[in-house]
Amino acid sequence: MVLVLLGGMTFGVGLAHSRMAEPEIVLSFLQLTDLGLLFVMGGAVVVTATTMFVATRYLDRAPLTGAIYATRKKRFDSNVMLGGGLFGVGWGLSGVCPGAAYASVGIGNYLILYAIGGMFLGAYVQGYARSYVADRGRAAMGAD
Amino acid sequence: MIALEPLVLADPFPRGVGFYLVGGLLIGLGVSLIYLGTGIIAGASTFLESTLSYVSDVERFDQYEASRDWRVVFTVGIVAGAALYTLVIAGEAFVTEVQPWRLALGGVLIGMGTRLGKGCTSGHGICGIGSFSGTSFANVATFMIVAIGTALVVAAMGVTP
Repeated sequence: MVLVLLGGMTFGVGLAHSRMAEPEIVLSFLQLTDLGLLFVMGGAVVVTATTMFVATRYLDRAPLTGAIYATRKKRFDSNVMLGGGLFGVGWGLSGVCPGAAYASVGIGNYLILYAIGGMFLGAYVQGYARSYVADRGRAAMGAD
Repeated sequence: MIALEPLVLADPFPRGVGFYLVGGLLIGLGVSLIYLGTGIIAGASTFLESTLSYVSDVERFDQYEASRDWRVVFTVGIVAGAALYTLVIAGEAFVTEVQPWRLALGGVLIGMGTRLGKGCTSGHGICGIGSFSGTSFANVATFMIVAIGTALVVAAMGVTP
């Protein structure tokens, strides 16, 4: 947990230093007036990809948990595209994404709480709707 | 007529690239520290659902009960790291001028979209791309294109800031 905290803090310092925690910076990238954000994502990806590549091939198990090093591969389905599209509209409208929103609280941007409140609401609606659909599916099967 | 001025990239990096790159490397370092020590692949958006599992009995959130504690710690770390940076290095707080309705409405769409799409800019954008996951490439390409289109349309409609 201490390491997760330290890693999170490093992550937060990175978001603050890169200014990605400021919606204006993200919007200037999405409006194509300053493409610097490519270096934030590029820098983060290169470091992460290298770490994961080395760990999955040459290291045994994570020392603190004994977990096997895995990569992040999620199953593809239509929700991946639909979700990406919804997130894209939200990101383009607000200049905010989840990690950057948390960091934005840290840099004193209290107005970001509007966005974080919205995110919880959206996540709740999505979870409620999917649980409801799953429930109905089971009920229909049971009635069979 | 929509103004195409922003698309004319006389200088694609008017603020320079140094702080962007250093920030990005630090973000990758944070993810790597956690991964090397624990094997955990840290994404930011699952926190939304995992934290809801503390207060809601909606079935969908149950699956995150095992990870919800470290996700809170990770998020507290992000806030604390950014706060420390602001206090020690930047020296002054930042408050956005983007209008609250854009933040709130955008937030709702982000909450739905990232959870439906199985990740966000950190989960898919950093860890997924870093894993060479085809699913993540598809998701990231989608949200990038849609976000750029949305931001350009919103700006062209004269919504500022």
